[in-house]
Amino acid sequence: MDSKVYDQLTVSSSPHIVTKLDTRRTMMMVLIALCPAFIASIVMFGFRVIILTAVCVASSVFFEWGYEKLLKKTITIQDLSACVTGAIIAFNLPANFPYWMAIIGCFTAIVVVKQLFGGIGKNIANPAIVARIVLLLSFTNRMTTWPVTRFAHTDAATGATPLALAKAGSYDQLPSNLNMFLGMTGGAMGEVCTLAILIGGLFLIWQKVISPMIPCLFIGTMFVFSLIYYTVTGNPDALSMSVFQIVAGGAMFGAFFCATDYVTSPIMKKAKIVYAIGCGVVTMIIRIWGGYPEGVSFAILFMNILTPMLDNMAVKSFYAGGRKKKNEQ
Amino acid sequence: MSFHPKHLHSINAGHYKNTAEIQCEQLPVPDEVMISMAQNIGAPCKPLVKKGDEVKVGQLIGDTDAFVSAPVHSSVSGTVTGIMNMRSANGGNDQYVCIETDKKQTMDESIAAPVVTDKDSFIKAVRDSGLTGMGGASFPTHIKFNAKNLDEVDSFIVNGAECEPFITSDHRTMLEDTEYVLKGLQSAMKWLDIAHGYIGIESNKQNAIDKFNKLLKEKGIDNISVITLLSRYPKGAERVLIYEVTGRTVNAGMLPADVGVIVSNVSSVAFLGHYLEDGIPFIQRRVTIDGDAVKGPKNVMALIGTPIRDLVDYCGGYKAEPKKILFGGPMMGRATLSDSFTLLKNNNAILAFSDKWANIPEETECIRCGRCHEACPFNLLPTGFADAYKHHDVAMLKMLKVNECMECGSCSFVCPAHRPLCFMNKLGKQMVKEASKNGQ
Repeated sequence: MDSKVYDQLTVSSSPHIVTKLDTRRTMMMVLIALCPAFIASIVMFGFRVIILTAVCVASSVFFEWGYEKLLKKTITIQDLSACVTGAIIAFNLPANFPYWMAIIGCFTAIVVVKQLFGGIGKNIANPAIVARIVLLLSFTNRMTTWPVTRFAHTDAATGATPLALAKAGSYDQLPSNLNMFLGMTGGAMGEVCTLAILIGGLFLIWQKVISPMIPCLFIGTMFVFSLIYYTVTGNPDALSMSVFQIVAGGAMFGAFFCATDYVTSPIMKKAKIVYAIGCGVVTMIIRIWGGYPEGVSFAILFMNILTPMLDNMAVKSFYAGGRKKKNEQ
Repeated sequence: MSFHPKHLHSINAGHYKNTAEIQCEQLPVPDEVMISMAQNIGAPCKPLVKKGDEVKVGQLIGDTDAFVSAPVHSSVSGTVTGIMNMRSANGGNDQYVCIETDKKQTMDESIAAPVVTDKDSFIKAVRDSGLTGMGGASFPTHIKFNAKNLDEVDSFIVNGAECEPFITSDHRTMLEDTEYVLKGLQSAMKWLDIAHGYIGIESNKQNAIDKFNKLLKEKGIDNISVITLLSRYPKGAERVLIYEVTGRTVNAGMLPADVGVIVSNVSSVAFLGHYLEDGIPFIQRRVTIDGDAVKGPKNVMALIGTPIRDLVDYCGGYKAEPKKILFGGPMMGRATLSDSFTLLKNNNAILAFSDKWANIPEETECIRCGRCHEACPFNLLPTGFADAYKHHDVAMLKMLKVNECMECGSCSFVCPAHRPLCFMNKLGKQMVKEASKNGQ
């Protein structure tokens, strides 16, 4: 037996074991969760979906790498967060969207929103959501002309979204809720098939990547809000219209994949509740009274910006016992 | 904080209880022991022997008049070769009594079962035994038992949770010394006049739970009950255990006795059972030797002051080059610099790890996932501590109640960015302490 004394051992502060989970693995889970929606989208819109997604992912990763290389920072592309951002941007676009415009979106997301604020963990708004809004405001026409799916019974190549139809008051032209749920209508690539998004979302909840709180409250608020609205305004199909509101547009995708972004959603439970309800309420206000047919991205951006304040308030009420008690002391 | 869930937040840190089924073995007497004089959380003892003295097993070799203290006894018979000042495993500079053993293990003549007639003689006996908390904190047990408000204490909780991964020494104690645990608990309850006894055991030690329940039934004891805890980390932390068993909340700065509870580690209670019978003071303990660098992991009954290297060699030696050796478990244990340090009273495990386990992955940016907050048993905000610490924001640290942190390490464990959150909590606590010292 060797008698060497080991006296140069590693010393460090406890704990000495850590979880196997890391940022990269978390992002990998999100990418896996996006797969059902990706496959559904390929089925609906064809091969171009793959190319457009690849362009978005590749340009996002390239911008992150290029920016960090240029500024001599640590390269962080291996954490896959840029891939997730790129994929989510792609899923927010119509399948016939020009590639160069998509690349502008990725530039906005990665360089302007993420890196200029200090990189991963420091951005104040969800990069993909801002990219979508920038593209929507810059190229409104191309962003709102959706190709119809291969399963639509019409000869037209493009059509208005169901939400635009609802906004215009032409309720009789709306597709059935079941068709909307399965994704047989026009819309952004990743957003059309609610079923596929739900599968991905449930996978994330099952893997404990996201907590069910934000998506459930987000969608629940939208449902309750529209149920009250349609009942008060005397719509005979209040219930089915409320279901329509939650399966149409980007509600499901936004609730499961965008609103739950760690960096731009609150940590404290109370703040999370306010955040999620706020998202739902703002979405419905924009959808019903606002100038745009769809309000999910605006709502999420709005609540993103409120997140630090919500967290601050929750921390104060949780640890300092609220304002009331402070005065008593 | 009005909402009280049934269970406090906890994490799954893995179990790795590789040695749970292996019978504990008695370690042979080593050639030399080095017994630290600083073996309790309070004042260190002054050596009562000098170089050249002959000592016997159980002889008092260190004591002090300080209030928070416990005496130290010789674990071997032999000759004192010197009193040395050495760096200790805890990082401090402590006095050690070095004894060359004669391997005869001659007992000291004074050893006899203590005569206990009332509370005071019981507490005196506990002090004379040199017993300190065997779970890791090494708080002198007689002080714990002599709480100011003892008449308000109604529950005695025996901590058999052993929530740290790898460690099985308490588990083996519960299986091998079941009767002594009950005996120690019963006499503590009798002399301290405590009505209810609880033994908290995690559900992954079902055989220990069954054994206690069977024995309690056989003996017809109805004021002691076994509480099955969730098998998650950190259910064995004192404040968590008290909440899980009694529903009472202990905040930082409070003692368990303030809510009517005394908590003691199961090995300490088992020792008490033995001591009241034979009067042999605290000179040996069960210790788990494990880790991926050790050839044959097992539990051994080892004398206090045995060099770590002797323990590892008894278990077959190293099978890989050790890069990190821990005193205690991987969640709260101390990493030590050298394997020439010796066994202390509070070392429930010695874990030797190879390169594979020695380093935690590199830190990346916080992604604000909030897992640290969700993992914290006390609902604290470790990421907030870390930010406030970096900004030297003492007011913020105080507002976030950094002093409530018990340094269990759950936040560091779950962090996907592998930030050393627990370490920063410790530094934050230190910062608050220094700030209040400077009168801020």
